[in-house]
Amino acid sequence: MHDQLFWFFSIAMLLSGLLVILGRNPVTSAMFLVLSLFFMAGLFVLLEAYFLAIIQILVYAGAVIVLFLFVIMLLDLKTENVRQFKRFGVFGALVVAGALAWKLTSVVSAVLAAAAKPVVGTTEAMGKLLFTQYLLPFEVTSVLLLIAMVGVVVLSRKETK
Amino acid sequence: MEAILIHLIKIACVLGVVLFICAYIVLVERRVCAFIQDRLGPNRVGIPLWIRKDGSAITLGGKWALGQPLVDACKSLLKEDFVPAHVNKLYFWLAPMLAMSPALIVFAVIPFGSKLFGESMILADVNVGILFVFAIASFTVYGIMLAGWSSNSKYPFLGGIRSSAQLISYEICLGLSVIPLFMQVESLKLSEVVTWQSNHLWLICYPWNWLPALIFLASSFAETNRLPFDLPEAEQELAGGYNVEYSSMKFAMFFMAEYTSMIAASALMVTLFLGGWSLPFVPATGGVLVGLAHICIFLAKLFALLFFFIWVRWTLPRFRYDQLMGLGWKVFLPLALLNVLIVAGVIILGWVK
Repeated sequence: MHDQLFWFFSIAMLLSGLLVILGRNPVTSAMFLVLSLFFMAGLFVLLEAYFLAIIQILVYAGAVIVLFLFVIMLLDLKTENVRQFKRFGVFGALVVAGALAWKLTSVVSAVLAAAAKPVVGTTEAMGKLLFTQYLLPFEVTSVLLLIAMVGVVVLSRKETK
Repeated sequence: MEAILIHLIKIACVLGVVLFICAYIVLVERRVCAFIQDRLGPNRVGIPLWIRKDGSAITLGGKWALGQPLVDACKSLLKEDFVPAHVNKLYFWLAPMLAMSPALIVFAVIPFGSKLFGESMILADVNVGILFVFAIASFTVYGIMLAGWSSNSKYPFLGGIRSSAQLISYEICLGLSVIPLFMQVESLKLSEVVTWQSNHLWLICYPWNWLPALIFLASSFAETNRLPFDLPEAEQELAGGYNVEYSSMKFAMFFMAEYTSMIAASALMVTLFLGGWSLPFVPATGGVLVGLAHICIFLAKLFALLFFFIWVRWTLPRFRYDQLMGLGWKVFLPLALLNVLIVAGVIILGWVK
């Protein structure tokens, strides 16, 4: 059961991921991205990382993609629907994807050794890790987000004389 | 096999009860609003019991219009399902389903009773309960946005844009307002929140939980598109908002989605603040009778809150859009954050046992 679910979620995730980049309608792409995130959350559940699975759906599918859609809907989609693939663009994308895959394999092989011991992805365990072992990266990330937020406020503020 | 059967029965019961309440809360809303506006409201259609030879029918509860939901449902199903030529067909069909289903899925994690025949009265007691609720509820916005966009016309589009901004803003307040509760209960499981409250006092009884309760209540009004925050479908400005181009059952789906999410929000409020199925002087464990009593207590609290939702709708006027956004971002958000600190202080002082 576990294995079948794993294959189902992975294949469905990859398929919907492919449809994100192959679809011509940006709204359809965004919806397939949501679907892809859902299947990824399924994989997290199989790994017993319930907290991560739910956060994945809550933050990415529930908020980030909604904002994507928000912007997409304000654009004129007619030009986007008829645009053709550019040969150079496809080539560039393949190069970047290849480089990313090569880098990922080295990271995954390094991580696999560490992941041998079982990890329980409960909220409590996550919280403890974030506030002890990974406190500095956690705080740095929050400061980074704060900087981004302040930047947005400054950029979008109207000039007053 | 038997376990699966029991689960299926439980799911069927919960779905049935929720949809039943959903049908009849519309009637209650119409009767209550008529009462508030000093009118009669629906008072003709009863539940048909027997048809006499001369064609007239014997009906039950005609004075209270108990058959009105049946008639309304038939009307919605039998009306012409008109799809305008300029819409994006796929998303036009998908949107009502996306609006309706999240509100129903939320009930999977809400504990509506303690134990009955040794079965715990909750469909899925997941250990990230409240986060699950927020994750699923955040999908309601897709239905409304896609409805607005796929209709391909101005007013629905404006309604969709408005509502996505509103729902996203108030989701943050909603999420932040419940953090103090889980700091006190020390668990995200909704069943444990209720057990904690039945062992201690209800969470609303502690003064430092009044502010989160208020923020949660106001935010759930905004999340369910109810007055005073029903900007996405402000009739006077948007001719009805995101659902203008919809007709017959597809329109009824949006209508039902609004009421189902109202029931879900009330159920959540009951679970988080008002003690769920617990009541002082009613034992927390016991036989079949106690189990049934707990379900009745839960339903009674649910109906009281639903009545409050209706009462507010017919009492308060609508906010202006900038007021709505200002309230969410400049008042509720800082207050909710401040409240996390206050409750943290209270816990350090050891006032919560």
